[in-house]
Amino acid sequence: MDFVEGKFELREIQKLEGHTDRVWGLAWNPSNPSMLASCSGDKTVRIWERKPNQKTWQCKAVLEETHTRTVRSCAWSPSGKLLAGSSFDATTSIWEHVGDDMECVATLEGHENEVKSVSWNSSGSLLATCGRDKSVWIWEVQPGNEFECASVLQGHTQDVKMVQWHPCMDVLVSVSYDNSIKVWVEEDNGADDWHCVQTLGESSGGHSSTVWALSFNNAGDRMVTCSDDLCVKIWDTGNDPTQSSSDGLTPWKHLCTLSGYHDRTIFSVHWSREGVIASGAADDAIRLFVENSSDLVGGQSFVMFLKKEKAHEMDVNSVQWNPKDVRMLASASDDGTIKIWELAEVS
Amino acid sequence: MTLGLINANPVVHAKKERIARVEDSHADDAVDPLEIYDSVRDIRDPEHPYSLEQLSVLSEESITVDEKLGRILITFTPTIQHCSMATVIGLCLRAKLMRCFPPHYKVDIYVSPGSHANEESVNKQLNDKERVAAALENPNLRQLVDECLYSNEL
Repeated sequence: MDFVEGKFELREIQKLEGHTDRVWGLAWNPSNPSMLASCSGDKTVRIWERKPNQKTWQCKAVLEETHTRTVRSCAWSPSGKLLAGSSFDATTSIWEHVGDDMECVATLEGHENEVKSVSWNSSGSLLATCGRDKSVWIWEVQPGNEFECASVLQGHTQDVKMVQWHPCMDVLVSVSYDNSIKVWVEEDNGADDWHCVQTLGESSGGHSSTVWALSFNNAGDRMVTCSDDLCVKIWDTGNDPTQSSSDGLTPWKHLCTLSGYHDRTIFSVHWSREGVIASGAADDAIRLFVENSSDLVGGQSFVMFLKKEKAHEMDVNSVQWNPKDVRMLASASDDGTIKIWELAEVS
Repeated sequence: MTLGLINANPVVHAKKERIARVEDSHADDAVDPLEIYDSVRDIRDPEHPYSLEQLSVLSEESITVDEKLGRILITFTPTIQHCSMATVIGLCLRAKLMRCFPPHYKVDIYVSPGSHANEESVNKQLNDKERVAAALENPNLRQLVDECLYSNEL
């Protein structure tokens, strides 16, 4: 299927209302594509679910009284059994399904102040968090819902906005207010020593202002990042990130920059399983990009094939494709709402 | 307070005459720069019993509105180059605008060019909405901001 401008539209399926402050983050449950978690400045996480044979999503649970400040980010474990939420109150919570409810089973403490992002690795054995204290923490998931800090990674010079694991390798990427992207791997000595193997900064084709988010494609050989510099950047992540210094070449490389599309900060990017990149920005719009297949000149280029103006009444903070239903997109906004969209052919 | 004042002897200017703004005819929620000025001119400076207008941190020219794009731009001038209160002043402006004007307006706040030693970093911080949100959740900062917004000691 070719994604060509004018042939597709984003059709609003439902608007989910309930949060009483801006919605910061979204996470689809990987094992249940009808379940979505959202987190907000109202200090809560909400679980939304579409029951079988029903058309609409409903709020199934409000996880409140766990956090005392904004919940900035949420993420399901790969099994879909555990949900992690990171908060400005300096803690990260883990909730587990207990019958029809969700119960807080662990609280991860260690960051000095605001925790801004949380991510599970592909096997669910590790968790990463990051925050305003400029550090990235790696936690080992142990039996009985115990979480032990395995490593505290220092290297960023300003607050760290987001962490995200590679989809198949234990390689962690962090992005920061210091404008850089860092790639972290565990040393081979089995001593839980993690170190930074590459820093992608402005001199390596990177961003010139705060990097807000990143996402990998399905295969993990491409990464997309977005920034306050109004650019979306695509990176070649096909090489082993640890094979760096021998030939002097950097393993992960800048491929191309998508500029001139956004005119306010881009807060979120997400790569769908069928290769569509969605971006959400402070101009209230959602944009969709695909690789330009007609470009025979070599090198890689991406084109925007859809722009949904006024997707929300205020900034779009998060865009997330459904892991199973590849044409379904969720978006979250400062306007306090979440929208479910379908990418459909214009009829 | 054990620390000395950042700027112990600021120059204080007279308040400008209050002009009763004529209610304009447009019925929509259009925003007028002077209306914004009226709402922020009396914010108290974080370390002096004077308003931002009296200290010439703000003037009518500080505010521009792009009605078509729905944007508000405020440029303020800290009293001294090394003013560590610049970010607090910026927070006060943001907090005030959040309360008084339609939330869909995009607000950009900058220190005027050349007016601050760390111009770039102050501007970056004031326009990072996550840091602003976190700062306004911080009880100590929140109290400081509220005191500047609601002070009647002028």
